[in-house]
Amino acid sequence: MFLTKGMRVGLRIATGVVLAVLYVPLIVVLINSVNADRAFGWPPSGFTLGWWSRAAHNAGALDALRTSVVVGLLATVLALILGTLAAMSLQRYRFFGRDAVSLLVILPIALPGIVTGIALNNAFRTVLGVPLSLWTLVVAHATFCIVVVFNNVIARLRRMGGDLEEASMDLGADSFTTFWRVTFPAMRSALLAGGLLAFALSFDEIIVTRFTAGQGTTTLPIWILDNLFRPNQAPVVNVVATVLVLLSIVPIYIAQRLAGDPSGGRV
Amino acid sequence: MFSLVDTVPAIRLAGLRKSFGPVTAVDGIDLEIADGEFFAMLGPSGSGKTTVLRMIAGFEQPTAGAVELAGADVTRSAPFQRDVTTVFQDYALFPHLTVRQNVEYGLAVRGKGRTERRELATAALASVRMEAFADRRPTQLSGGQRQRVALARALVVKPRVLLLDEPLGALDLKLRQQMQVELKQLQRDAGITFVFVTHDQEEALTMSDRIAVFDHGRIAQIGTPTAVYEQPQTEFVAGFVGTSTVLDRSASEGVLGRSGTFMIRPERIRLTPAGEASARDERHRTGTIAEVVYLGATTKYLIDLSSGHRITASEPNAGSVRQRGDRVQITIRPEDAVPLE
Repeated sequence: MFLTKGMRVGLRIATGVVLAVLYVPLIVVLINSVNADRAFGWPPSGFTLGWWSRAAHNAGALDALRTSVVVGLLATVLALILGTLAAMSLQRYRFFGRDAVSLLVILPIALPGIVTGIALNNAFRTVLGVPLSLWTLVVAHATFCIVVVFNNVIARLRRMGGDLEEASMDLGADSFTTFWRVTFPAMRSALLAGGLLAFALSFDEIIVTRFTAGQGTTTLPIWILDNLFRPNQAPVVNVVATVLVLLSIVPIYIAQRLAGDPSGGRV
Repeated sequence: MFSLVDTVPAIRLAGLRKSFGPVTAVDGIDLEIADGEFFAMLGPSGSGKTTVLRMIAGFEQPTAGAVELAGADVTRSAPFQRDVTTVFQDYALFPHLTVRQNVEYGLAVRGKGRTERRELATAALASVRMEAFADRRPTQLSGGQRQRVALARALVVKPRVLLLDEPLGALDLKLRQQMQVELKQLQRDAGITFVFVTHDQEEALTMSDRIAVFDHGRIAQIGTPTAVYEQPQTEFVAGFVGTSTVLDRSASEGVLGRSGTFMIRPERIRLTPAGEASARDERHRTGTIAEVVYLGATTKYLIDLSSGHRITASEPNAGSVRQRGDRVQITIRPEDAVPLE
């Protein structure tokens, strides 16, 4: 494509503006987490790690962090198992309603969180009669975590085709051995990428969490929301938010690297 | 030649059929392949040859009919229960394993010990001259090298039958010709039945003991390369294997003075300068060279006969090449006109 010099400069500026809009606020949060000025005056009056040490001793924040990690891990494990099974059945077998099932699996990621939240809340409490708890939250998170695992795994299965599995069986390996020695190793990096994305999704989810977490189950984003407007907690909120950003970025970064791995091989 | 009488055939296909929904890919195949035979399934794409191969391997279930290996019915057996291995068109080497691990795979899943595995794999790699690449990964190999590894991997388990799906399709011409010779040697050394699928008639003619020519899910003709080339039974076979001129009823009357449909190979037509023929021959058997196709070793001529028919002739390039517009007389010995069905 041919671009004039003017267009190139224009596009560069536009890219810069968009990235700035996206990331400058995040950087401000990061800077404020070490801003010595209690009212977050700008420019920062000095550097302090005081907020970080206060956050490290804040029982509520630590508890919320623990809850978030536990929920994220459980939802990820659930999503890995179910997402992989769904992807394998939809990729490898043709059956009636296959396309419909495929759509239904992906749909939760597109549904507004508030709808998913209210629907699950209703289903748990009134239809199933299950009190909201950490476990209902895990199930709720798994509904959209499945999607990223499913998408990663099905893309990998498509790319690898059926040839490798046929070759394995041709050489005398039964279906189980073939899965263990050929299919699983080929999917490994896709599973890791999907799992990391799923964890990141669960870790910073707030809307569905609001509707499906039991009393006393507070995740990190919920804790931030609850403490955002309490003046004496504000500095700690900045610290927690920074932690949240870092914990979300790292898995996404690794997942991206893995998904782009063309050989699909070693991890 | 192979006697089909006193030994159990390596492969027997009986009334084999395969439909994919409304499409019939394989439409009734009866075939016996002898033990130790190098057998080619030749046909255009979509003629059902690959589907037959996949049914022998066990990747597809026939809609009807039976597959027998060494006398045992394996129609409903899984691929891993059959004493057959395959060299896939794109080789299907396991990308997460090294070359050696790829070759050892079939031995490992059969529970062979580490030392035995290593020995057999090393010998198999040596037989395809790939022992120096044992620790590479498939992605680090060229197409020809991958092909050799795929061969070693399939042969190391000593199958009764080796299936090859367009084994040379992805290689360039030079490598393909080299592999044709090597495959033949490998087969003779291993003493294993080779069944290979190809759309390349030259490949089928040079390598195989017998050829089955596939057309629309059926076998149009089966026989030795010489028989298939020299004595094609149908117009399809005559056209698909080599080049030929097919003379329909009216053309045969005119050119040959015989009734029926005939096929003539271009190299069987003798060309001489026009002017030395009798009056009758003058009418039917002289023509003008309409097109000259120089092929290096030979030259192909498209000749418009005075009777209005066009034939293809070819001559080795020993002397001078004839020119477009030259008047020539053609001579066809009666036995070189092969009657078609």
